[in-house]
Amino acid sequence: MSTKVRNTSSQRVNQLAPSGIRKFFDLLASMEGVISLGVGEPDFTTPWHIREAAIYSLEKGQTMYTSNSGMPELRRELSRYLKDSYNLSYDPNSELLITVGVSEALDLTMRALLDPGDEVIMPDPHYVSYDACVALAGGTPIMVLTREESNFELSAADIEARVSGKTKAILIGYPANPTGAVMSKEKLARLAEVARRHQLLVISDEIYARLVYGTKHTCFATLPGMKESTIFLGGFSKAYAMTGWRIGYAAASKEIIGAMTKIHQYTIMCAPTMAQVAAIEALKSGEPSVLEMVEDYNRRRLVMVKGLNDIGLPCFEPRGAFYAFPSIKGNGMTSEEFAEKLLREEKVAVVPGTAFGQCGEGYVRCCYATSLAEIEEALLRMGRFVKKHKK
Amino acid sequence: MIKEILRILENDARTTPKQISTMTGTPQSEVARLIKQAEKDRVILKYKAIVNWDKVGEEQVSALIEVKVAPQRDVGFGAVAERIYRFPQARSVYLLSGTYDLLVLVSGKTMHEVADFVSQKLAPIEEVQGTVTHFMLKRYKEDGEILGGKEETKRQPVIL
Repeated sequence: MSTKVRNTSSQRVNQLAPSGIRKFFDLLASMEGVISLGVGEPDFTTPWHIREAAIYSLEKGQTMYTSNSGMPELRRELSRYLKDSYNLSYDPNSELLITVGVSEALDLTMRALLDPGDEVIMPDPHYVSYDACVALAGGTPIMVLTREESNFELSAADIEARVSGKTKAILIGYPANPTGAVMSKEKLARLAEVARRHQLLVISDEIYARLVYGTKHTCFATLPGMKESTIFLGGFSKAYAMTGWRIGYAAASKEIIGAMTKIHQYTIMCAPTMAQVAAIEALKSGEPSVLEMVEDYNRRRLVMVKGLNDIGLPCFEPRGAFYAFPSIKGNGMTSEEFAEKLLREEKVAVVPGTAFGQCGEGYVRCCYATSLAEIEEALLRMGRFVKKHKK
Repeated sequence: MIKEILRILENDARTTPKQISTMTGTPQSEVARLIKQAEKDRVILKYKAIVNWDKVGEEQVSALIEVKVAPQRDVGFGAVAERIYRFPQARSVYLLSGTYDLLVLVSGKTMHEVADFVSQKLAPIEEVQGTVTHFMLKRYKEDGEILGGKEETKRQPVIL
């Protein structure tokens, strides 16, 4: 007989919003022949030269821990990369930390910054980890609603309206998951003014920085005076198709990186060595692969966006990441109903926008990091579905 | 724009002008016109499939033949190369730097057929000073495509 335990999980965990779409996932797992536009990762495998570098490191027996902060060579290469890309100077010895994906970096950031009750302002909709990481660190997530009418960009005025005595930081993630939105340099500059005026930190998740189309990514830390107060998070998953390697980084002031490293050394020790070796190779010679993949995503993006608009699912033009976020409001269903019915009737999986916050109601996320043939077949099926359920 | 269209077609020749139009934001009629022009200019030579004949049990023998050639006054290697590439058995003909001059890829139904071609057609050409024939044992990759089957990767159906 097993021992009975009361209250297994902590209140903090219990209070995390249960994922409403668990049911949807279970249904999906039980079905066959589904075309999934529900993924959140590249369909490319990691370029061979990167995999080969990691394999070679294993053959050589590079299987030990590295420095807590990450291999010195990787931090040097990263520092050079950030200098070349954004003209930002981060000291590889004190201002960079190699993490287990941006996910860990985000968690560390929140735990390093927040005291109970501290507030973090973030856009709604947003990537699912944002509010959870804040809540797990004892903070309170504060939502600023973003709308399709304003291209899902954050308004500085809306943020300012939510600043209180408890506000600690603003958390942004552009290019955005789930909307594919990017923010212009001008809009980001206005946001920077608000941060400066209220002496707030800005956490900028720039994991999709390399995946922008017909526009240039603005790194938040490059805005005047923002480097010291920005925690810049980035990674290798999306640009180099390295999701499974779990490798990312944080770049910030010495104090903040020091605080994050303290937690990291107790909980993680160091990012996986082989993934760090792969990341070095990616930084050294991965650029042509990135450009090739971006060009390819762009073609599929155009097919997806035009296709959605053509079948009657109006879709604003996403300029980043690999998501389209069409409106399904014309069908008289909630996002969850739409996603579930579409899956049951046409075997196409999309993610209900509500998985990413209340502003996601009326939208679904469609990932176009899948083959052109699948995109076209999915559009065909969705077109049939929309026609059938037209209100 | 034509380069972008060619890159798309080189990767998949069956991409339609309509699809290319969407992918590039160029009007469909303009895409069709550019492709026609490229065909006319012999920028696009041909549309064909890369076939893995092994899978349908079709025996095929290929050989790479190194050819040493005495170049001729005025025409260099060109004239000899032409005499060779006019034979349909010669699938590809390249001029190379190094220890020999021409590399000829020859295909046939049997080893005999290929050997006959070398001994009766290729080697007797006056300017050909010598040949070395390498029969192909296995094709791993053809024109950028791995023949042994694609790398199958399994993704989680939904990731947020």
